[in-house]
Amino acid sequence: MREVEVAAAMKNLFTTFLKATPRLLVCALSVVCVNFAWAQGKNPYAGDANVAKLGEMQFRVNCAFCHGLGARGGGRGPDLTRAQKRHGNSDEEIFHNIHDGIPGTAMPPGTNGGIGVGMTDEEIWQVVTYIRSVEKKADAKSLGDVERGKKLFYGSAACGTCHMVNGKGGRLGPELTTVATSRSQEHFVESLRNPSKRLAQGLSEAMKDFAQEYETANVTTADGAKYQGVVLNEDAFTVQVLDTRESLHLWEKSSLKSYEKTRQSLMPTYDEKVLPEKDIQDLLAFLVSASGGAK
Amino acid sequence: MSAAKKRRVSFFAAIVLVGLFAASAKAQVTPERLLNAQKEPQNWLMYSGNYSGLRYSTLEQVNAATAASLVSTLAYQTMSGGKFEATPLVVDGVLYATGPDDRAFALDARSGRPIWLYQRALPPDVRPCCGRVNRGVAILGDKAFLGTLDAHVIALDAKTGAVVWDTTAADYSKGYSFTVAPLVIRNLVLVGVSGGEYGIRGFIDAYDAATGERKWRFNTIPGPGEPGHETWAGDSWKIGGAPAWITGTFDPATNTTFWTTGNPSPSNRGEGREGDNLYSDSLVALDPDTGKLKWHFQFTQHDEHDYDATQVPVMIDDGGKHWIAQANRNGFFYLIDRANGKLLAATQYAKVSWSKSKDATGRPVGAKEGEPTPEGNPVCPGAIGATNWMSPSYDPQTKLFYVTAREQCDIFSTAPQPYDPGHAFYGSAYFPNDATQPFWGALRALDPATGKLVWEWKHVSPAWSGVLSTAGGIVFTGDAEGNFIALDAKNGKALWHFQCGASVIASPMTYSVDGKQYVVVPAGSTLFAFGLP
Repeated sequence: MREVEVAAAMKNLFTTFLKATPRLLVCALSVVCVNFAWAQGKNPYAGDANVAKLGEMQFRVNCAFCHGLGARGGGRGPDLTRAQKRHGNSDEEIFHNIHDGIPGTAMPPGTNGGIGVGMTDEEIWQVVTYIRSVEKKADAKSLGDVERGKKLFYGSAACGTCHMVNGKGGRLGPELTTVATSRSQEHFVESLRNPSKRLAQGLSEAMKDFAQEYETANVTTADGAKYQGVVLNEDAFTVQVLDTRESLHLWEKSSLKSYEKTRQSLMPTYDEKVLPEKDIQDLLAFLVSASGGAK
Repeated sequence: MSAAKKRRVSFFAAIVLVGLFAASAKAQVTPERLLNAQKEPQNWLMYSGNYSGLRYSTLEQVNAATAASLVSTLAYQTMSGGKFEATPLVVDGVLYATGPDDRAFALDARSGRPIWLYQRALPPDVRPCCGRVNRGVAILGDKAFLGTLDAHVIALDAKTGAVVWDTTAADYSKGYSFTVAPLVIRNLVLVGVSGGEYGIRGFIDAYDAATGERKWRFNTIPGPGEPGHETWAGDSWKIGGAPAWITGTFDPATNTTFWTTGNPSPSNRGEGREGDNLYSDSLVALDPDTGKLKWHFQFTQHDEHDYDATQVPVMIDDGGKHWIAQANRNGFFYLIDRANGKLLAATQYAKVSWSKSKDATGRPVGAKEGEPTPEGNPVCPGAIGATNWMSPSYDPQTKLFYVTAREQCDIFSTAPQPYDPGHAFYGSAYFPNDATQPFWGALRALDPATGKLVWEWKHVSPAWSGVLSTAGGIVFTGDAEGNFIALDAKNGKALWHFQCGASVIASPMTYSVDGKQYVVVPAGSTLFAFGLP
């Protein structure tokens, strides 16, 4: 009967708190806390290959819809095989993120029907164990030159014209401060070599199955003015567009002479000649550093 | 008889008369009123409006000429998170509805001011699939009936919300739950179970409306010795799913109730349950007095794509023809003879890759394609289906069938999984097939006689809203972006819309009080009503 299983992130946090509180109290008062390992942030199954296998099953059922098979990241959810995770690296933090969801993101609580069929604490620990088993041990930190990457980003590669990192750069494309901790290197390279293949995700709304993507809009207004830009969001009657000069337009579709949307990204294609492999490694090193991920 | 006695008798007779008058003034919902629900369009007496499941109203104050003036008249906030999927009922000015987490409430249907609130105390370990949802109550006499997430059927006092009876139907810890709006037929309350993702054995139950005593159970998976049992390999029938979580319909002319069933378990892995897996993904015709099966029609044999048939089985009468129409999750629109369950036509109404066409019995012509594999196989429609549980509508004036279609394909992969009572039992995973982007949707108007598309209203992204059609020549629907929309029933042109601020994941309904028509839809956690100023 699976219905909406994505972005159903409206779980009542108060309920979660109420549910968690007695457990924490019991744990605080009890000497035998084995079953309440969550409060201690300790994975009772750490390193257990058999449990990791069970966790893989749970992952497929509950998480792969967004995070992809093998936790390598889908269009929606981050690559979880990266050692550095945006919302916390400890077992406790990962457990918490699955259990309660991450406010302000499309990540819903993994319990009580928030996503999939809901997981017990035991099953969440299985998933944590699985994620650990597929994690890569090192990030891209040693591969590139951070300083050179930064120069490329804001200089000759002109990424900064459209992309912002830590408050500096353009606004037309996705903000990239945390991209290095959420996307796989393969995905990153693909975005440069073939930007239209998989459009980046933009605004995600609760209870809407699919987030807005960075589609391209070509618009002619009633007075004949032409605009090109990215679609920030749209519904059946209105559209919100950021044009290539970073002007924001809020249009009633019925007021426009023409409105066309394409999945041809406004991002230019960076092939080997424009951006050799070495440059990509330097850019990645810069982004890893900018995300606070190089440790 | 003495004069004094006579006086006493006439006094009692007067009391009885007054009593009768009072009762009719309070206008209890009788079985006769339910049978004739279409004759009182000011009320909405059951999930689909009336027994035929058309979700069509003869109210016409809001019509193609006036719709543009619609304004919001009330916004009742349930203050509960989660999906708000209920269709409210309205009886003589009182609106009854349910929110997530088995919360039921009664409101003044004009103002939205609450009369009572009932909140089920659910056990902490209830973990239903797909959200803690409920789709509404049924009503008879002075009781409202609710199926709960912990697999009870309960009766509430319609005046106070107090529990009148509470019957345990199944063990929630094994994955059984209720999300369905019950259906009352005469003195029986019919419900179908949810839990197709947990390896349940599905059933449809009937309870005595007065006492809560169970009168019959139809197991949607036949047991040993029963016809259809042979369609399950080994012991797979014991955990084969086939829930029935969408309200059925009822044909008084033949005394038959029609229900639809969901996926076999595990939903996306056929290994271990070789065979057709009856009566999963099926339409079943039951005798409402006994629960005995009259006939069945299976839409998807040996399903591996989660193509539940849990959509309202719409009863269409056109001249001398009596049909059941269903736009199925598997992408085909089916027309079935209501007398015997024979297939009359099956036509694609959305993108379908798993079967090109159907033979006379409803089986795929040629090989079925796109079986799930360990590494994944792309299939259209995706697991959510070409539509889902949200109600379609049939308008006897336009003779069109309106359905919310979803254009989204998935990659289906298998993952062998042992059965563990009460735990998820999918046997697989699915995820969106980006190669078929963009994902979109539409409200489609089909000619049921031919299955042909007459018009469509495009949705920016796949929607979860059901459809209401009215004698005012309007089709109401919603979208994932939060719009509630009135369309011209003849051509699909937008007449009016309102931005609710959150997705519509429910089916609209309409009623009137004091001569004013209201159109209602839930969106986000709020119940909205609209009317003319």
